[in-house]
Amino acid sequence: MSYDVVKNTIPAQLTNRPGDPERGRRIVLDREKGDCIVCHAMPLPDRQFHGTVGPPLDGVGNRYSAGALRLRMVDPKQINPQTSMPAYYKIEGLHQVAEGYRGKPILTAQEIEDVVAYLLTLK
Amino acid sequence: VNAFHKEQTKRKQRQVFLLGVILALSALFLTAPLLVAEDSTPYVVEDRRSGYTYLSPENQQLQNDEFANPGQLWVEKGRELWQKPEGAAHAPCSSCHGDAAASMRGVRARYPRFDARSKKLINLELQINRCREERQHSAPYPYESEALLALTTFIGFQSRGLPVDVRIDGPAQPFFAAGRVFFMRRRGQLDLACAQCHEQYAGQRLRGDVISQGQINGFPIYRHTWQTLGSTHRMFAWCNSAIRAQPLPLGADEYVNLELYLAWRGRGLPVETPAVRR
Repeated sequence: MSYDVVKNTIPAQLTNRPGDPERGRRIVLDREKGDCIVCHAMPLPDRQFHGTVGPPLDGVGNRYSAGALRLRMVDPKQINPQTSMPAYYKIEGLHQVAEGYRGKPILTAQEIEDVVAYLLTLK
Repeated sequence: VNAFHKEQTKRKQRQVFLLGVILALSALFLTAPLLVAEDSTPYVVEDRRSGYTYLSPENQQLQNDEFANPGQLWVEKGRELWQKPEGAAHAPCSSCHGDAAASMRGVRARYPRFDARSKKLINLELQINRCREERQHSAPYPYESEALLALTTFIGFQSRGLPVDVRIDGPAQPFFAAGRVFFMRRRGQLDLACAQCHEQYAGQRLRGDVISQGQINGFPIYRHTWQTLGSTHRMFAWCNSAIRAQPLPLGADEYVNLELYLAWRGRGLPVETPAVRR
């Protein structure tokens, strides 16, 4: 899990394979994976219930670059230590993690790339 | 003839329906003044809000109605156990404590409390088990067993409407402090502290559900998600699992400490045992 942070972004992809926005969309909705909708309102009119804990993700592809989105998913606490947003690609510094999840990030590197690709389509 | 028959059946159905409406309405009018007159502290005290205030009117009604509230099943089971001789002592709870309506009134509101003998906190469930071992000479109930839930609910029910009022000073202080630390500390793969959802974001929505303040004045609760009644510690374990944190054993010291912190955090809210929750 090594990557370079430059000015609150991770400019380089975590994997060699480019992200797939369609796979990203499925990960975003998957309750065991991204489940973004639990906290964020998303431009998905077919979904009835959206969370209000995080900022709405409508237009997030306009507001942030790929690198900025990548760091916000990998470890948002590097930008705001107080945030409630989980770090989706991190295993260090966690406390009392449940057995089945210990030593595993919430998403794989490729899944991060897929979600970044999907979020960039939200314009 | 057939048409006449049908017409008659329809009329009968209409009559039954009307009778039902009249009965329902009279039940409403009969119970409404009782609810208002009930001697209870309010569900909101300063900035502290009981989970009751986040419920739909239907669920509030379900909790209020002693005949419909599913938690009453455990109250009744507990009432039976209260009078049942147990253990080598062949003693029911009532042999020492008499009428629970008098002797147990106010007890739930004071727990958890510091226990001088074990030099630790003790909650209602652990107190019941101590009585079983020391007075009734009987085996403790497993945590979350139906019998322990029933007695806890029955005893809690005797304090309904009384304001939660726990002691956090003196010897209870370090346990209170530990409970607060637990509440504030991030945990689990999702790296969330209780405080983040239940303080910072109380009132916001997770998917469709409004996040409550996480008050515990209603426990044990009948929870629709569980389709049964559960203890405060079951709820803690559930929350821990939801953020992918390793749940602790029910009855663990950490959970009892947390229980004291939360009871104080909801001080003044009424005991609602058995509350109905989503």
